[in-house]
Amino acid sequence: MNHLDSKFGDYGGMYVPELLIPALDQLEQAFIDAQKDPEFQAEFMDLLKNYAGRPTAMTLTRNLVNNPKVKLYLKREDLLHGGAHKTNQVLGQALLTKRMGKTEVIAETGAGQHGVATALACALMGLKARIYMGAKDVERQAPNVFRMRLMGAEVIPVNAGSGTLKDAVNEAMRDWSASYDKAHYLLGTAAGPHPFPTIVREFHRMIGEETRAQILEKEGRLPDAVVACVGGGSNAIGMFADFIDEPSVKLVGVEPAGKGVHTKDHGAAIGKGTTGILHGAYSYIMQDGDGQIEESYSVSAGLDYPAVGPQHAHLSDIGRAEYVSVTDEEALNAFQILSRKEGIIPALESSHALAHGLNMADEAEDGSIIVVNLSGRGDKDLAHVHSILGDTFMGGANND
Amino acid sequence: MTNSQLNTDRYANMFAQLNAKNEGAFVPFVMVGDPDVDTSVNIINALIEGGADALELGFPYSDPIADGPTIQKAAIRALSHKIKTTQCFEVIKKVRESNPDIPIGLLLYSNLVLKRGIEKFYTDAAEAGVDSILIADVPLREADRFIAIAEQTGIKQILIAPPNASDETLAEIGKKSQGYTYLLGRAGVTGAETAVTIPASELVEKLVQYKVAPPLLGFGISTPQQVSDAIKSGAAGAISGSATVNIVAENLTNPAQMYETLRNFVSDMKHATKK
Repeated sequence: MNHLDSKFGDYGGMYVPELLIPALDQLEQAFIDAQKDPEFQAEFMDLLKNYAGRPTAMTLTRNLVNNPKVKLYLKREDLLHGGAHKTNQVLGQALLTKRMGKTEVIAETGAGQHGVATALACALMGLKARIYMGAKDVERQAPNVFRMRLMGAEVIPVNAGSGTLKDAVNEAMRDWSASYDKAHYLLGTAAGPHPFPTIVREFHRMIGEETRAQILEKEGRLPDAVVACVGGGSNAIGMFADFIDEPSVKLVGVEPAGKGVHTKDHGAAIGKGTTGILHGAYSYIMQDGDGQIEESYSVSAGLDYPAVGPQHAHLSDIGRAEYVSVTDEEALNAFQILSRKEGIIPALESSHALAHGLNMADEAEDGSIIVVNLSGRGDKDLAHVHSILGDTFMGGANND
Repeated sequence: MTNSQLNTDRYANMFAQLNAKNEGAFVPFVMVGDPDVDTSVNIINALIEGGADALELGFPYSDPIADGPTIQKAAIRALSHKIKTTQCFEVIKKVRESNPDIPIGLLLYSNLVLKRGIEKFYTDAAEAGVDSILIADVPLREADRFIAIAEQTGIKQILIAPPNASDETLAEIGKKSQGYTYLLGRAGVTGAETAVTIPASELVEKLVQYKVAPPLLGFGISTPQQVSDAIKSGAAGAISGSATVNIVAENLTNPAQMYETLRNFVSDMKHATKK
């Protein structure tokens, strides 16, 4: 009954109330039509170029890697308008919203990055946005709440459950089941029910396509590995998509190990989770023996999600992509190293990918080329990281 | 007819008896384990004493996306005692022991079923005396493997007919539905805050045309008038969840009063099923 494949191997699917099926079918059809419509594509490309600032730069790091014969590149999604890759797919889905004749947008947000991206796209396109955010996150992320409100979005605190991202997703889905006639649910990652994982991947796949072209131009060959952080997995699938059929390119996803995957405080759904259904998709999730969803944890709010997009679950099972994890401490370390050595302050999410990329570069053979997707910039994390490190960090006054 | 055949056909028996009396069905919903296991057994017994024709019972789940605040809170109350799926089945066994004939349906979420294993979950349910299972987040499109196990284990898989269902969906429900059909009274999530919309005669006619199992109307039913209207419109009965759970929530400190209020509520709602 679906026109596009709704599953990745066994993963994915549409595990939602029957009531939402017509809305998901409508979205799938609108997406299929839009992909074939030159006018839609032209408008999307124009927004990406002239509003968001694509293509983003490809930066060869100068001081990060000890071995001068190993090259570590950064795909600079941190330079995109909005400060992270998220702007790409939000613009695409906002255009789809208009195409479907809907006037309202519902979204969920954890740290507020997807909320901010949604708010900016809705401000631009004249759509009414309401954004669900866990009550705890509303308190912790006051600057992003202000950004969203400044751009005209309504921010709705969610008190139910644990008051974090997964509860915000629940609440957004509940809203949608009453409002689908005029509202689009602008889901923020490559997870959730079909067709979201496919739509979000396709609206982020320029990350990998640009990477291919830029590395080919600079190096005359494809990279040996691309590395990206994985919460729900949108920036990673955007980076991976164009390389899946290139077996020489290693795909590496980095999950948050939090305080260590041997503790309960982590968010490594692929690494330590088991298969199950959350938010409409069958994938790896964090759950107890009865199937109750467990809380995830990461220093980085954008990776703090107890499931993962279904295509990542599939890529892991078939061995096409490798998924590793990086602790809070390692990520915080990479955050400081990049700031100190290259003058780039990365998002804590992207710091996970960078931490593993640095390890790979240390162990790589001479002549290797590694690309780390620097999915976002770290401005949003400054107060948080400062509160963790105090003034005793490696670049701080005490060390000079 | 052997005993076991009788047992597996409790819904058919119920509808036949109600038809003979010219009545519709009233089916209350509560959450198993809310607020705790022992009270929960008493609550379910109070519903039966009040005159419930069948029971719809929820299993608490951490992320109930189809439920409004009332039923979410019921799940949280139950989970605060770390209730396990096995204990939920024990509650049902207890109820079944003293009530051999009442149809008992489960209404829950897919991950609880999947984690236990679909086959084991359905087998355990059948052994506990469950007649039907409705999985809120399994639409028709994902239902086949659940229906296959349901048939093997003698459980009836209940399907949902939403108000926005296409003819294609209704035709498929007609082919696959057993026991009863859960007819959604409106869009949105469970809750008494937004009232049911009594289905248009056109939809009811279509349900008849596609030969779906008898439709019970649910979502937003909290008054005897709504029960009466539902049955007049052609539904075989009505399900009331949040209004029932509200009585539990409002009387947590006074169980005796809770049971009494539940009995009276069910009795009033049941009274409205007379045609």
